[in-house]
Amino acid sequence: MKLKGKAHKYGADVNTDLIIPARYLHNDDRALWVAHCMEDIDTEFVKRLKPGDFIVATTNFGCGSSREQAPIVIKEAGVAGVIASSFARIFFRNAINIGLPILESPEASEATQMGDELEVDLGTGTIQNLSSKKTYQAQPFPDFMRGIIETGGLIAYTRERFKGKA
Amino acid sequence: MTIAEKILAAHSGREKVEPGEFVNVSVDLAFAQEGMTPLVVEAFRQLEIDRVFDPGKVVFMVDHSCPSKDIPSAEQSKLQREFAKEQGTIYYDVGRGGIEHVLIPEQGLALPGQVIVGADSHTCTSGALGAFATGMGATDIAVAMATGEVWMKVPPTIKFVYHGKLPKWVTGKDLILHTIGDIGVDGARYSAMEFTGEAASELDMDGRFTMSNMAIEAGAKVGLFPVDEKTRKYITEHGNKPFTACEPDKDARYADVIEYDVSKMEPQVAIPNIPSNVKPISRVGDVRIDQVVIGACTNGRLNDMRAAAQILKGRKIHEDLRCIVIPGSQQVYLDALEEGLIESFVRAGAAVSTPTCGPCAGLHMGILASGERALSTSNRNFVGRMGSPESEVYLAGPAVAAASAVLGRIAHPEEVVS
Repeated sequence: MKLKGKAHKYGADVNTDLIIPARYLHNDDRALWVAHCMEDIDTEFVKRLKPGDFIVATTNFGCGSSREQAPIVIKEAGVAGVIASSFARIFFRNAINIGLPILESPEASEATQMGDELEVDLGTGTIQNLSSKKTYQAQPFPDFMRGIIETGGLIAYTRERFKGKA
Repeated sequence: MTIAEKILAAHSGREKVEPGEFVNVSVDLAFAQEGMTPLVVEAFRQLEIDRVFDPGKVVFMVDHSCPSKDIPSAEQSKLQREFAKEQGTIYYDVGRGGIEHVLIPEQGLALPGQVIVGADSHTCTSGALGAFATGMGATDIAVAMATGEVWMKVPPTIKFVYHGKLPKWVTGKDLILHTIGDIGVDGARYSAMEFTGEAASELDMDGRFTMSNMAIEAGAKVGLFPVDEKTRKYITEHGNKPFTACEPDKDARYADVIEYDVSKMEPQVAIPNIPSNVKPISRVGDVRIDQVVIGACTNGRLNDMRAAAQILKGRKIHEDLRCIVIPGSQQVYLDALEEGLIESFVRAGAAVSTPTCGPCAGLHMGILASGERALSTSNRNFVGRMGSPESEVYLAGPAVAAASAVLGRIAHPEEVVS
């Protein structure tokens, strides 16, 4: 599946408090979360975002808390996927579990500028920067994770595994 | 094998595991605080498994906004209370428990050699007991509660060796801040940290909990201490349940070995806005502060309260500053009360709160206004962490926090007590 959108570019260590501050998480209203997505790092993010755009960042994206609301709010805001040099551990598994596409590519992440047009093939992991006319290849997922992704996330995967056992 | 590898092998029915392998492991304990419980319950219902795998191994507690601060947080607590009752799980309501990572070891729910998962990143705190304790998101925790299993990628282990004798005023908080300052917030990303050496052994259990608590701040999956006599004594005094400890093998393979000499270390302070921005206190300079918070899952235990009270007893909080003290659990509160520590805090002019995560996550009980600066014994100083995005948070141990509360600026305890 090929997706096209603009890049919203950030640096290293974008933590989950920047993605969605804890001050909104005592409330389960997802529209409230979306309204404040990324606000402590970029107050214009929600206004500028068009559905299908990408977040691009360098190392350790999603560090900090275990809040699953972080990948959820990014997905619900309409972001097509996150491309980073590397991801923090809990954010990485949360994204896989809930089906937010994530791609790890230090080369693509570092070269991408704010506002670049990207075309991403989630099937092959190919990232094309249409603005700079460069192509990058994201690191493939291990087979175990592909299993979860292809089954449709951890819920579907677990239902499949434990079918008839409960 | 390292401690982490041994525990994961034992919980996946394997003789041996290697870093990078994916394994399904059995879970000894799974828990969630009220703020994450709605997402956990939503995922649990979607799994179409009616009952939790073992109600004696599933725990819920109210701690993030405790007691509820407004209607939405009250709804979260209500949903949690009803689910815990429906499933018959272990449950700690307002006034009966406390901050999850203080509560879980204290109540004897965490034991050496176990696999423990919680819907909060600071679940790694129980690594101080030699348990593979790690934080995960709501969906993972729902699956763990329903099936008693989670998937794990076996992490490589980095061994940290702390040589020398701990100088006066240097605590577990200082060792871990120094370490994060050295290796960075992704210095142990995806890895297990093993804390060893004579200075690590010298730490009391509360100091070890502080270190393991902040393993996540270096990006680690888990922060483990080997089991020794202090661990065994702690377990005896907290539930006295049987356990199987996992010792590292003599020929265990480490991704890296990092060594520090602590004998000349000073108390450490993390400067805004990232926990790796660490300086020894003598190089922090003249930093005026508006609020001091002493507590949190990092430093809300009895020895932390004692360290703060030792400085605050008979003194007054600086007139330009407010000081908030939050014992980490009802038990810590009661012990601190019986020892007279709470009286020292109140007489000094501190506000003493019932156990809550409140200010640490910017939820309630001491939110910062724009332009304000706090010194906190908690674990994160990210932008907006304790309130306004235009506020600032410094991190340090309880003695530094108490001394700073007296002097109105970041201060070495020696400046107050000699």
